[in-house]
Amino acid sequence: MTDLYQSQRAMRHMRRAAMQRGVIAILDVGSSKIACLILRFDGPERLREADGVGSMAGQSQFRVIGAATTRSRGVRFGEISVMNETERAIRTAVQAAQKMANVRVDHVIACFSGAEPRSYGLAGEWDLQDSVVTEQDVARVLAACDVPDIGEGREVLHAQPVNFALDHRTGLGDPRGQIGNRLACDMHLLSVEATVIQNLLYCIKRCDLELAGVASSAYVSGVSSLVEDEQELGAACIDMGGGSTGISVFIKKHMIYADAVRMGGDHVTSDISKGLQVPLAVAEKIKTKHGGVHATGMDDRDMIEISADSGDWEKDRRTVSRTELIGIMRPRVEEILEEARARLDAAGFDSLPSQQIVLTGGASQIPGLDGLAARILGQRVRLGRPLRVQGLPQAVTGPAFASAVGLCLFAAHPQDEWWDFDIPAERYPARSLKRAIKWFKDNW
Amino acid sequence: MQPLSAIPPRRDPAPSRAAYRMQRLWLTPLFRALMRVGLPAFAIMMVLGIYLSSESRRDALSGGFASLRDSFQERPQFMVGLLAIDGASPALAATIRATLNLALPQSSFDIDLDATRAQIEALDGVASADLRIKAGGILQADITERVPAVVWRGLANVELLDETGRRVRLVAARTDRADLPLVAGEGADKAVPEALQILAAAGPVMPRMRGLVRMGERRWDLVLDRGQRILLPTEAPVRALERLIALDQAEDLLKRDVLAIDLRLQDRPVLRLAPYALSEMRRARGIDTSESDL
Repeated sequence: MTDLYQSQRAMRHMRRAAMQRGVIAILDVGSSKIACLILRFDGPERLREADGVGSMAGQSQFRVIGAATTRSRGVRFGEISVMNETERAIRTAVQAAQKMANVRVDHVIACFSGAEPRSYGLAGEWDLQDSVVTEQDVARVLAACDVPDIGEGREVLHAQPVNFALDHRTGLGDPRGQIGNRLACDMHLLSVEATVIQNLLYCIKRCDLELAGVASSAYVSGVSSLVEDEQELGAACIDMGGGSTGISVFIKKHMIYADAVRMGGDHVTSDISKGLQVPLAVAEKIKTKHGGVHATGMDDRDMIEISADSGDWEKDRRTVSRTELIGIMRPRVEEILEEARARLDAAGFDSLPSQQIVLTGGASQIPGLDGLAARILGQRVRLGRPLRVQGLPQAVTGPAFASAVGLCLFAAHPQDEWWDFDIPAERYPARSLKRAIKWFKDNW
Repeated sequence: MQPLSAIPPRRDPAPSRAAYRMQRLWLTPLFRALMRVGLPAFAIMMVLGIYLSSESRRDALSGGFASLRDSFQERPQFMVGLLAIDGASPALAATIRATLNLALPQSSFDIDLDATRAQIEALDGVASADLRIKAGGILQADITERVPAVVWRGLANVELLDETGRRVRLVAARTDRADLPLVAGEGADKAVPEALQILAAAGPVMPRMRGLVRMGERRWDLVLDRGQRILLPTEAPVRALERLIALDQAEDLLKRDVLAIDLRLQDRPVLRLAPYALSEMRRARGIDTSESDL
């Protein structure tokens, strides 16, 4: 626990150092593509022309100065499976982005979608000594949360205080300075497989970069593609990626649940490949050009030529109707959405006041997906695109880059996590002097 | 598992580790500056240093440069062959030539005009000099001589002084320049302008004038013939002299048997009579001094 606490703190310091330097890289390690964005922080003042609220409500304190994507290699289900290949892919993306930005970056914030994220809700209580809530009290109440057994070989990725309650008042965002007797807090803890993080860390280290933060891609896509009122009132973001589909539930601008379905667009492609007996590359091309989930009468007459280079004329000249293609794709997409539905139901999404569902990620671009999703997930479904950030090239504004853009916002405005607060004085063996002073203060 | 030594893809878009590191290094600002400025500068310095490290090369380089410079400076267009002196008496001109001692012909680059001019102006007889190199290789010196204003008989020798008191030249005897007034006494040369003012005011007594004597480096005595002296005050000697001349014109003071007229006290001029005149005056007044010291 302390080890993770220290490493997360170290990453936070690294992030602060990178912000001071002004340049930081964003790395989205996905199963189908690896995206690298380079951000330059130059403060909100420099880009502001007039007084008042700045553009993008103050989010514009950074600017994207380099962007590159490359086909992902060696990543399956959002986890690194072949280290060398992934390292090469990361190098390609980072080098291209550096070339575009014409700066060297040393710090990188990364996100990934796999590693079987699991959410836990934690609660803690603390009796205040002197009726005013101080920062130390917040740290103590966070430390008082009883950590569940997250399992062997798992690490905490996010531990965010979601809610504070002071006596009978709940829903406090920041309890510091308030007066009460008993402080309680709810914390959301997201745990992932430790080996996945270690692999990612190793890959990034091999590229001479330093990790200044890690985030779950489900969380950061929610940050970028949910609009403010959705985040406030309660919404779920379903990030349909290549190898896995991330689910995150937000309320009151806090993530309260995250999960991942280990299925994504790549499975649709492999279904097409198997069904039509074509190579994966051709299947991917057919999926993106002609794919869909709703068959109409017109689609029976819409014949798709399947080119292949097997040398057999009969096999290379086949055609298939679009209805058949949809017939292959739809069950898989339905399966993914039903799985997501099951996860949301298990998380108690039904009891949220607003049940908005936002579909984002590369696989959400299948035509007709919103209609299908509405039948499975409920009526309040929309397709989401990430927020616009300054300097982002047009090519990377699509839903496939929701997590990369979300990571930019995460880099600029990270939420307070457990490790942003100091360890309470009681738990510091080295702070015995402070404890002695406190004892004197309390007894005289 | 596939063999680890599998044939790599034909065209790997990923940069090699070395290329990646190189690009990152190249994007480092300090390294970039070093490569773009530091390295060329170092290379140039290195080549120069190696070339100049040998004594013979250095000598050849400096010798080549010197010979090139000499061959340019010694072209006939730049040679000065003649020193022409205008406005100086023949004796002074000879002195100037002897002082400068120029080895003509000489390149005009080697002649330091300012120093030469200072050398000429350091001579006593020269008030100012104007030195320039004219076309045709002539070094032209236009001299303004000092004009002697008084003859000064000093302690050791007789000198001519100009109106500011600067020495012009020695003369053998005062009679060499009988046309100039004579001043004498120690420190007289420092008060020549005042002496000239006194002389200008002394017009009516000029025929009887012998000269001016500086007394105690402080004031002037006007010496007339018959051994008469006029003792002028330190302050405003010209006005005192003018008053005396007025007195003389009214009462013929200077024609009388007076040895000295003391004007040092402004409101009480004092006469010193000759011994005979004094005894005559006492006798006329009936004063008997035979038994006193007077």
